[in-house]
Parts: sequence; C-alpha cells; structure tokens
Amino acid sequence: MARAATTTDAFNAVAEPRRRQILDLLAAGERPVNDIVELLGLAQPQVSKHLRVLREVDLVHVRDEGRQRMYRINAAPLKSIHDWLRKYEQAWNARFDLMDDVLDELREDELKEAEAHDGEH
Amino acid sequence: MASTKGTAKVTLPADNQILITREFDAPARLVWKAYTTPELIKRWWSGERGTVVSAEVDLRVGGRWRYVMEADGGFEVAFHGEYREIQEPVRLVNTEAYEGVPDPDGNAALVTTTFTEKDGRTYMEMLSELRDKAGRDAVIDSGMEGGMQEGMDALELVAISLD
Repeated sequence: MARAATTTDAFNAVAEPRRRQILDLLAAGERPVNDIVELLGLAQPQVSKHLRVLREVDLVHVRDEGRQRMYRINAAPLKSIHDWLRKYEQAWNARFDLMDDVLDELREDELKEAEAHDGEH
Repeated sequence: MASTKGTAKVTLPADNQILITREFDAPARLVWKAYTTPELIKRWWSGERGTVVSAEVDLRVGGRWRYVMEADGGFEVAFHGEYREIQEPVRLVNTEAYEGVPDPDGNAALVTTTFTEKDGRTYMEMLSELRDKAGRDAVIDSGMEGGMQEGMDALELVAISLD
C-alpha cells in the first residue's frame, strides 16, 4: 500500500502525538506560538514544524496580531477521523449485537437446565 | 435490564492501539463461551457483512485460531492468530493477523481482551496493539513518520476488510 505524505490529511497529521497535544492546547482557545512552546517544553523550531503540518491539512488557522502569530483550531478536518472511527464502531456493533442474541439463547438454555434440575428434586 | 445494543465504543489511546469497549447483559462465563466456541463464533463474528464459513479454535496457550468469512461481495476475509494467555473467563491474549496484507504475521496485532463481570453484566475491553515498539521504532528510524502511519494503514485495511 502506498504511503501518503505526512501532510496530506488529518489522519497523518494527528498520528504524531505532539501534534495532538498542540490541538488539545488550542481546543481551549486561540494561543500565540510562544505560549505553545512554553506549555509543551519544546524548542520553537520543532513547534513551528508541527504547526506547519497542522496548517497544511487545515487543522489550525493562523493570524498575525502585532508581532505575534496567533493559532486557533479548525476541527473540521477531524471529521474524517471521526467518520472512520464511526464506521469501524458500527462494524463491531453489528457483531456484538449478534453476540447479544447468542448470549440470550445461552442464558435461556441455562435457565431451562436449572428448572429441569429443580423438577428432579 | 438496560439494552446494550449498539453501545460499542472505539477509541485510539495511542499511535499503535485501538480500544473497543462494550457491555453485555450476561455473565462473563456466557460471554466467554460465545467468544470462544466455534459454533457460536460463526453466528456473530461476520456481523452483518457476510457469513463465517470457518471458525477454528484451539484454545490453549500456543494454540492457533483462524476465522474465515465470506463477505457479501463474495470474497473471503480471513484472520488467524495464536493464543498467548488464557484465563477463563476474565482474560484472553492472542495475536491477530489479517491475511489480506503482505507478511500477515509480521504485521499481526496483539489483542488483549478482558471481561469484568458486575451484577450479572459483563464489561469487555478489547485492546489491539498494532505493532511492537521495536518494530515500530525501526520503521520510524528509517522513515520518520512511517511507523505512525503504519498503524493507520493497518487500521484502514482492517476497516476495508469489514466492509
């Protein structure tokens, strides 16, 4: 299977744990780069690199305020991840719903057995 | 009793992990039975996407399992693996390889399933770890982001196989 470049979609972008941390920070509100650097305890160039990836898949938006660059989250691309998880979840739900039927039967069998047992006494 | 229908939750706790949780309105011994008995597995494992044509279970440490399902599209989807830990009816550890990828065993997931019973109901946690750290790190060293994507790709394939 061909591998997509890091920056092609939200899946790849959030596969990196630091980028998820950045998104978590921005989920609470808009922040300047310096803030993120300080809170993550990373070097500025590293943070900038992560932010660039997030920007390229449109997960963050940026604006200049005076000399500061302010970043904010744009959660829309995360929907593709959510949708994928939903699909996976639905597949498992279909399985487990059928398993519920099996369990109901097993339970009935046990009850019947117990009753038959009681009848013997 | 509250219905448990459609309550499975899927989360991604780490880069190489998928966690599926689900509650069952039945005691753990019955959940274990449904989960590990071939005739019963045949009734649920394919979900609504096909028919289980084969379910082999050799339930002992080092024993192997293999499920084959014929998907509604007519193609076969097969998984196999090995049992690593068996603690009836509370914990099962096994590998899980999807036969549709290159080197299925090398890319196998390690799946830890726990069943916790409370008031006659069973809470299940199924944690799939998609690659071991050494293997993942090797890929990361060679291709930076590769290891992270590996997991996502594997997940994608699993998802496609379920379609």
